[in-house]
Amino acid sequence: MAKVTLTVNGRTVSGECDDRMLLVHFIREKLGLTGTHVGCDTTQCGTCVIHMNGRSVKSCSLLAVQASGAEITTIEGIAAQGELHPVQAAFKEHHGLQCGFCTPGMVMTAVDMIGRHGGQLDEATVRHELEGNICRCTGYQNIVAAVLAANQQMHGATRQAAE
Amino acid sequence: MYETNYHRASSVEGAIKLRGDHEEGRYLAGGMTLIATMKQRLAAPSDLIDLRHIPDLAGISIDGGNVRLGAATPHAEVARSEELRAVCPALCNLAGMIGDPHVRHMGTIGGSIANNDPAADYPAAMLALGATIITDRRWITADEFFIGLFETALEEGEMVTAVTFEAPEKAGYAKFANPASRYALTGVFVAKSADGVRVGVTGAGANGVFRHTGMEEALESNWAPDSVAGADVDPEDMLYDMHASAAYRANLVKVMAKRAVIAAG
Repeated sequence: MAKVTLTVNGRTVSGECDDRMLLVHFIREKLGLTGTHVGCDTTQCGTCVIHMNGRSVKSCSLLAVQASGAEITTIEGIAAQGELHPVQAAFKEHHGLQCGFCTPGMVMTAVDMIGRHGGQLDEATVRHELEGNICRCTGYQNIVAAVLAANQQMHGATRQAAE
Repeated sequence: MYETNYHRASSVEGAIKLRGDHEEGRYLAGGMTLIATMKQRLAAPSDLIDLRHIPDLAGISIDGGNVRLGAATPHAEVARSEELRAVCPALCNLAGMIGDPHVRHMGTIGGSIANNDPAADYPAAMLALGATIITDRRWITADEFFIGLFETALEEGEMVTAVTFEAPEKAGYAKFANPASRYALTGVFVAKSADGVRVGVTGAGANGVFRHTGMEEALESNWAPDSVAGADVDPEDMLYDMHASAAYRANLVKVMAKRAVIAAG
């Protein structure tokens, strides 16, 4: 058994688990945060994407103990004061989902992507960087549109604030 | 996944000691292959020794034309390194094509070359760049390091700590990615330096990554994309599976070599 301590969505949490427990199961079963999904369970589909120390990772592909001491952000942690995160709002606006199963992973991926590229995102880059996330409903078109719109909104807003 | 015991090493010496204490243990780098393999119960190490928190294994250092990449450097860091891009952009481009963004945030160069998956990207670059693999106990040339499918010169308990190479005059990488996994169905890395031309091929060889000396000679006499067209690639020496036949891979080797030379410029 291992003791795992994480900062999840700004809150420090601890729990005991088997060394072999995957981070995604720790998040869902020990912390009750079920927004992070398990899809393929083989590092392909991306429904389990979370942020660890500010970088997107697949939580089905690391052990909870590997993450101990890290800062974790899950889909539950990105909306501020009851307002949808701009990426969530863009997915809603552009109909970037149908069944919604892949959506938490897609949103976490998009937040990471937009953050890393500092506003310099084009359609080809978005499509390339969505390679680790599978959607079986939308055909991706509206997801790409949502990511690009959120990118514009977030970086536009930054520019406005800077002025 | 079978039961395992996790240990977090904070130094190379500490990791070696832990590994020595556990005969059935394994080093764990990014875990992008090992954890997946354990989940399928295809690997069952009694103990995992996590190398991600060892400061000596981290980072990229560049001194003139000499490049040193710490073994625990994630692919994403190699891909976005402006310093490395200034001297060897082909390696940045290669790292940016591995897996997907989430895999690139965890997976490391040391883990990739120590695993020597026949469809991994880095081994082709290490061969073509004439890199040296540094371990806790010795320096090994890439030519001697990569032995066969998932097989390297590493001894029991030996750990890759870094790789180093001299930046080439020109280099390029092209791969035909498996549409599902993004592993190389065939990938070719070409590098031209004062010592000559080296061509590393991954994803295609029946015995894993290899150098194609015929293409090297052709490119040495004439550095041009079409120089590789006449090279002899024997389907008998190629891998084959449900994704691509040996004959198809043999053709892909030439096509990717041509594209790699174009990318190198």
